Amino acid sequence: MGERARHLRVTSDPAVMKRTPARDGYGIGIVEVGERDPRVVVLCCDLTESTRSLAFAQRFPERFVEIGVAEQNMAGIAAGLSFEGKIPFIASYAVFSPGRNWDQLRVSVAYSNANVKILGAHAGISVGPDGATHQALEDMAITRVLPGMVVLCPTDAEETRKAVHAAAAHDGPVYLRVGREKVPDLTTATSPFAIGKADVLRTGTDATVVACGVLVYEALVAAETLAREGIEVEVIANPSIKPLDVETLAASAQKTGAVVTAEEHQVTGGLGGAVAEALGERMAVPVVRVGMPDHFGESGTPDELLTKYGMRAEDIVRAVHRAKHLVP
Amino acid sequence: MTTLGKLEYIANRIRQDIIQMLLAAGSGHSAGPLGMVEVFTALYFAVLRHRPHQPDWMDRDRVILSNGHICPVWYATLAAAGYLPHAELRTLRKLGSRLQGHPHRGAVPGIMNSSGPLGQGLSTAVGVALAGRMNSARWRTFALLSDAEHQEGQTWEAAMFAADRRLTNLTAIVDRNNIQIDGPTEQVLPLEPLKAKWEAFGWHVLEVDGQSIPAIVAACQEANAIGEQPVVILAHTIPGKGVDFMERDYRWHGVPPNAAQAAEALAQLRRIRSLDGRIHGEHE
Repeated sequence: MGERARHLRVTSDPAVMKRTPARDGYGIGIVEVGERDPRVVVLCCDLTESTRSLAFAQRFPERFVEIGVAEQNMAGIAAGLSFEGKIPFIASYAVFSPGRNWDQLRVSVAYSNANVKILGAHAGISVGPDGATHQALEDMAITRVLPGMVVLCPTDAEETRKAVHAAAAHDGPVYLRVGREKVPDLTTATSPFAIGKADVLRTGTDATVVACGVLVYEALVAAETLAREGIEVEVIANPSIKPLDVETLAASAQKTGAVVTAEEHQVTGGLGGAVAEALGERMAVPVVRVGMPDHFGESGTPDELLTKYGMRAEDIVRAVHRAKHLVP
Repeated sequence: MTTLGKLEYIANRIRQDIIQMLLAAGSGHSAGPLGMVEVFTALYFAVLRHRPHQPDWMDRDRVILSNGHICPVWYATLAAAGYLPHAELRTLRKLGSRLQGHPHRGAVPGIMNSSGPLGQGLSTAVGVALAGRMNSARWRTFALLSDAEHQEGQTWEAAMFAADRRLTNLTAIVDRNNIQIDGPTEQVLPLEPLKAKWEAFGWHVLEVDGQSIPAIVAACQEANAIGEQPVVILAHTIPGKGVDFMERDYRWHGVPPNAAQAAEALAQLRRIRSLDGRIHGEHE
């Protein structure tokens, strides 16, 4: 591992890797911010257990609002609460929020600069057996396109917890997406996290891999595979989709000359799109995107689905080879 | 002048301002704003606790407009009440104006929500009222809706929630003017029985003549006294009220008058005799 990875707990044996659902970090984070700040309120659309909103609801019943299955109403109510000085966190599955309530998030929240924090749970294909209708693969695209919306895709549960704190402290709307499954606990309590900051986990000179969510772990595994081939990749965890840490990404791309992005999201419009846009107007560097290849998901186990649709370490390895092949 | 005479004078002035604003803008909505003049006059001059020169006064009654396209009547009422300089009204819809085509939160003193896409305002008002209750506040929240936006499902999401949570500090006022863009509401997608629908959702319903300031004021007072359920006031209005060639014609929903039409409209408004016998005439 490169010298910057000191704060990581990665081992080379996946079986030993400790894993926690990222949404657990949300559940802990909202109770912590709720304890510190009486303005924090939490709303949920009939999914308190699976979004981990339940602990807050039990701890602060007077500050918890059960909305029922009405995501548009939830967004509007949250806007109204925020206009009166509350800091609302609203939770549902990402397919429904921002999916169903995009107009409300656009006008009542983003256009109104409402201080609303949106949790998109069960994002990505690793939702599994529920199938395509419940697998949000477009949520980062439709949120980062809204002016003023911060978009975060934390690496693991601990980073999600930190993201909740950062969201509460941020003045303005924030979208935070987490998957359903347990993900490797890569970061620790002392790992850095900030809106607008990417974190170089592993240094290298031959290619840059920029990843978010569970693909950060896959990128680290890919890096080890490539190292055995004599290819040293720089792995950057990029939880801040918007605003993007262009400085860090550009410096790395300048050094390596070849970039791969990796996300549990369509290859269109998410992390890959953001990186390609930002780098494309600064330098001539190939950007190869690993993600869902313009396809809907389907039922299956998370492992089967990530493998079938090409979001694994081996896909990142192939992408690095392809990116390097494209370098003039 | 009697108090009612003063309020009618203000209402007539607001009507004239609406015509002139729309003419200057060259675009915008005529029918809804003209029909809602009495509701806005009643609210801002007889019902609301508010301070025009302290628009963010913490204890003010809150107003959330959901059908934001009728903002000309809101802007004109706010100007008449002292929130804005009257001269600013002629900047409606112009580049750089605070008076955007549909209201933008933060642009205009006295306006706290952005609106335009129908169906969103009642949810916002619910959130505002909910915060008021969480904060043990004594102020009221008024949500103004159009009738056609009841075709948006979100309206009913908010209505269902508000009644279940007994948000009795929330009063909705519906502009029941029976028109929408493609025609009369009852031909496009009928809303009746509207009163029964609100009652089925758990609201107490009052119905008033939306062109009568005393009736509107009385309904708002009655709503304040009802403590078991949130109250919706169905204000029966005449779209285009005050201008004979606009009244009850849905085609005036989203068009402004041209110069000749505006001149005729203003002439009609200036000829109206108020309740205490005076001719309104031209307002400065």
